[in-house]
Amino acid sequence: MSVAKPLPHDAATLHVTGAARYVDDIPTPRNTLHLAFGLSDQAAGTLDGLDLDAVRAAPGVIAVLTAADLPFDNDVSPSIHDEPLLAEGQVHYAGQPLFLVAATSHLAARHAARRGKAQITAAPTTLSVEDALAQDSRFEDGPRIYGRGDVEAALSSARHRLSGQLHVGGQEHFYLEGQAALALPQEGGDMVVMSSTQHPTEIQHKVAEALCQPMHSVRVETRRMGGGFGGKESQGNALAVACAVVAAATGRPCRMRYDRDDDMVITGKRHDFRIDYDVGFDESGRIQGIDVTHYARCGWAQDLSLPVADRAMLHADNAYFLPAVRITSHRLRTNTQSATAFRGFGGPQGMLGIERVMDHIAMHLARDPLEIRRVNFYRSGESSSGQAAPQTTPYGQPVEDFILPEMVAALERSSDYTARRAAIAAWNTSQPVLKKGIALTPVKFGISFTLTHLNQAGALVHVYQDGSIHLNHGGTEMGQGLFQKVAQVAADRFGVDLAAVKITATDTGKVPNTSATAASSGSDLNGMAVKAACDTIRDRMADVLAEQHQCAAADVRFEGGQVHVPQASYSFAEAAQITYLARVSLSATGFYKTPKVEWDRIKGQGRPFFYFAYGAAVTEVVIDTLTGENRILRADILHDVGASLNPALDIGQIEGGYVQGAGWLTTEELFWDDAGHLRTHAPATYKIPACSDRPDIFNVSLWDGENREETIYRSKAVGEPPLMLGISAYSALCNAVEACGPHYADLQTPATAEAVLAAIARARG
Amino acid sequence: MEISFRLNGQEVTLADVSPTVTLLDWLREERGLTGTKEGCNEGDCGACSVMVTDEGGAQALNACILFLPQLNGKAVRTVEGIAAPDGTLHPVQRAMIEHHGSQCGFCTPGFVVTMATAHLNGATDHDTQLAGNLCRCTGYAPIIRAAQAASTAPVPDHMRDALPHLAEKTPGGDARQRGGGRQPPPWVQPETTQALAAWYLEHPDATLIAGATDVGLWVTKQMRDLGNVAFLNRCAGLRGVHQTETGLRIGAMTTLTELEAAVAEPHPSFGALIRRYGSVQVRNAATIGGNIANGSPIGDGTPALIALGATLHLRRGEERRSLPLEDFFLDYGKQDRAPGEFVEAISLPAQSDRLRCYKLSKRFDQDISAVCGCLSITVEDGIVTSARLAYGGMAGTPRRAAGAEAALTGQPWAEDTVRAAMEALAQDFQPLSDMRASAAYRLETAQNMLLRYWHADQGCDVSVQEVTP
Repeated sequence: MSVAKPLPHDAATLHVTGAARYVDDIPTPRNTLHLAFGLSDQAAGTLDGLDLDAVRAAPGVIAVLTAADLPFDNDVSPSIHDEPLLAEGQVHYAGQPLFLVAATSHLAARHAARRGKAQITAAPTTLSVEDALAQDSRFEDGPRIYGRGDVEAALSSARHRLSGQLHVGGQEHFYLEGQAALALPQEGGDMVVMSSTQHPTEIQHKVAEALCQPMHSVRVETRRMGGGFGGKESQGNALAVACAVVAAATGRPCRMRYDRDDDMVITGKRHDFRIDYDVGFDESGRIQGIDVTHYARCGWAQDLSLPVADRAMLHADNAYFLPAVRITSHRLRTNTQSATAFRGFGGPQGMLGIERVMDHIAMHLARDPLEIRRVNFYRSGESSSGQAAPQTTPYGQPVEDFILPEMVAALERSSDYTARRAAIAAWNTSQPVLKKGIALTPVKFGISFTLTHLNQAGALVHVYQDGSIHLNHGGTEMGQGLFQKVAQVAADRFGVDLAAVKITATDTGKVPNTSATAASSGSDLNGMAVKAACDTIRDRMADVLAEQHQCAAADVRFEGGQVHVPQASYSFAEAAQITYLARVSLSATGFYKTPKVEWDRIKGQGRPFFYFAYGAAVTEVVIDTLTGENRILRADILHDVGASLNPALDIGQIEGGYVQGAGWLTTEELFWDDAGHLRTHAPATYKIPACSDRPDIFNVSLWDGENREETIYRSKAVGEPPLMLGISAYSALCNAVEACGPHYADLQTPATAEAVLAAIARARG
Repeated sequence: MEISFRLNGQEVTLADVSPTVTLLDWLREERGLTGTKEGCNEGDCGACSVMVTDEGGAQALNACILFLPQLNGKAVRTVEGIAAPDGTLHPVQRAMIEHHGSQCGFCTPGFVVTMATAHLNGATDHDTQLAGNLCRCTGYAPIIRAAQAASTAPVPDHMRDALPHLAEKTPGGDARQRGGGRQPPPWVQPETTQALAAWYLEHPDATLIAGATDVGLWVTKQMRDLGNVAFLNRCAGLRGVHQTETGLRIGAMTTLTELEAAVAEPHPSFGALIRRYGSVQVRNAATIGGNIANGSPIGDGTPALIALGATLHLRRGEERRSLPLEDFFLDYGKQDRAPGEFVEAISLPAQSDRLRCYKLSKRFDQDISAVCGCLSITVEDGIVTSARLAYGGMAGTPRRAAGAEAALTGQPWAEDTVRAAMEALAQDFQPLSDMRASAAYRLETAQNMLLRYWHADQGCDVSVQEVTP
């Protein structure tokens, strides 16, 4: 069995030797052109003209293009055709591409692009949530509203009532490999594109539109990305389209990569939110009614903002039953980068809102926040086990697989939460300057694309005569280990060693019409599609051998690199050779669509998710009351991946997700100035966690269980859910700040040292 | 002009080198060695880390802000040269695989090079060694496990690089020798301070490049034309820390790594501050002379030096002058430096250690300070006899808090005195708001640093870094 083994990443040896090839590492012909965008320095206005003479005169420049020079569609939007590749008429944000330079080197293109001068008549800017509300600047006609019950009645009859407001910061992806693309023109107007993308089919689609060619003329290949995190779901379109357009016009290969500062200034980030809440609860802290309003700052173009904001609403409950609830979501249009997908896709923002409410209630009732969380948990169990029927989410999906009570109890014990909480309280009373805090927060994350039709995947598998196997599927590798997990599935289906399976680049010419590798769905969808393809071939091989040996196909077993029939055994290669000689195909496609999901996003009703993935984390922090400086001391995590396909890779996702989530809520601050310029546009000013920011003690365990739904080997998705374990770091900071004074501290995010110091002042009153 | 260095064991000689071609671009574009990655092109992510060996030993450096002439006479090892020539993986490479230290793999070559360099040097303070390598996937835990696992393995022989033999008359040895006439801009690489002084007097508009951790960004980000360029890294007279009768004399080309070693014993808090200056890669390149001469209001070296009463030594041609360091900084972007004049050294008076350095930034490691307060308060018989309070990030230049110093001096060393000084400090500075911090936060924390000094002096725990779970 290759499945369930803790094997290293398939490219680990290539990674450590520097031999792993990323888009910008691919050797290209000497005549390759290099591209760079000229950017707007105004956040809003009318583009009256461009003075590009100096650009054209710059050394090495071969071509300079504006919107007027584009032959066909000027659009790189993944959704509603509102995102021109190059600005036309209006400028919508500082950093928007205005013109495109093609030069003989990357540096020459960048140098030349700086020489352009744009005439922009500035217009009033819409930068903040408040600006957008005042101007009714939004996507969709009005807010989406999901909910159930009589919220007003529940709120007014509740014993206790609290309201609050939380600013939830955005987040820069900071994939270490910036956006990159390479276009290679082919005969007859065809185009091959190498792109660092999570969504090769979308690149194919947009390039085809831009060239006015059918999709069959464009082939997109992605071997690997140097990190994605959602930031390469749609944000690579512009580079790929730019390269393809210039390649088609000049007949020369074109390559483009964003310099880091350009990358951060041009591309979208995680949506920042304002969340307002009004909650009513009883003496035990049990919520009776809650009214939550999300204000999502979407930036200038729609991109993926609607499903992101939807998913935030779908996680506004997290792990808690909300008997009467209204969730209102405003999707606001602003003159900032177009916010986009980022690991969790709105889920983290929605979840943070309700976790904040839990802490607020606990503070108000002077109780351990863990008690409040517990009392509000969904009821566990299924009707079949004789317990009460499962409770339903605000959108009507029964929570059938709720295992958090058991998981939280186990984590509470393993982390020694109760004793440490008491020890921390004692320590705090002895310290004039430093205070510690601790918190346990749970995660319940819905798995499936909420756009139901995306829940499909394809695979292509070949077995060669020598028994070696060529594996291909629609998923992309961004570091998560998808290719290895899926290869483990393929090896297992054929009963061969993993070395027999060749992992190959994602290629729109092999598997068409793929969905983005997103929504944590990669191994669920592609694992099943590959399983189907492998099983088709395996069944054909079994049929051939069964016929030759006059046995039942079911008696043919594939294991240990051998194919066994009663009274005989063949190597897998011999079995492949026999099948070939019998003139039976050793190639097959596989297809999978997720069952059970159906969803009406306008009504906010249905079953958007096939299942939920769960997790819980305990974090301990320390803060400095003189400066607000803070540090994570210890984190204990218990996470549910079902029956793991590869525990080593899964633990890697959990550790990395936690640190990324904690970074989002602490040091990672995006700062726009009053003119709408992003001032944190490089690692010098935007601070993702460094090595010493990981917890000193970091215990990560997998929950021992399997998915109750029929997923690939009963595993569960793992990409996004662990990011939200980082919420426990924020909650622990709230707990530490509470130790400074009797008042509600209202800690905002990101909880930078400055935000913590401000909260300490509020706690002291 | 010609330079020679070894690259992964092979000698390379390049003629007509442009002074502003970075090692990173040259490796990737000219040599096809694409294992070294561009992550940020400004020395902050470490994806381009390379190992550079010179007479002083092997060090990790960022190739993205390392100009080719800086390598003259040195040996470079990239990720492609970390495995043995027969392909046997280095112990850190094996450990990274076994401990699942790579996910997307893009930062991995940089990590491997930094780890292999630390391994060669026997350094096991992994958080410090790896503070300059960012990873967005793993959360670092498996990388640290790998570093720990590999630490006891023997160093493979091939990692000990020999240095190239430079020609009898090294290029740039004569400061007047100008770069080859054709395409590349002219540059020099003086071997003596004398030669530098003479050349700079003739070319007062030239750019002097010490470690290039700042000038590198002028090229990679601002795309400035540097004009005439002099590389100071072979200028022997500017190097070294010397004990004098009155204290320490620190050459301008002393790297932050060397400075850390020199001050760690007399002034441990200064040493700890330098430990947070940039990263290993940056400290191996950056010089204290450059940190002072660029006049940045947020450089971390100057506040500590001012608090210690440092004297700055400048040279112009044959003329030399000295002045208190704080007097060098006239205004934002303006220093008391004449055309053709350069920083030769600084000197620090010997003193009993009362210095405490407080660096405040969003992230603990490798971040630019919002406020850097360096306070030295001397108390005799319960009375403050002297107070030197120097701050970075509070004004257009690194500056002393004169009002707060006055409020302390001559007063009893007591919390009331400290609080009075905190109030006075509000009159000393009108800081700005920016992406690092608001003005109000800067002022409040600058004040609170006095209180922290007080609490620390009373034996209280004042650092979140010193707390254990």
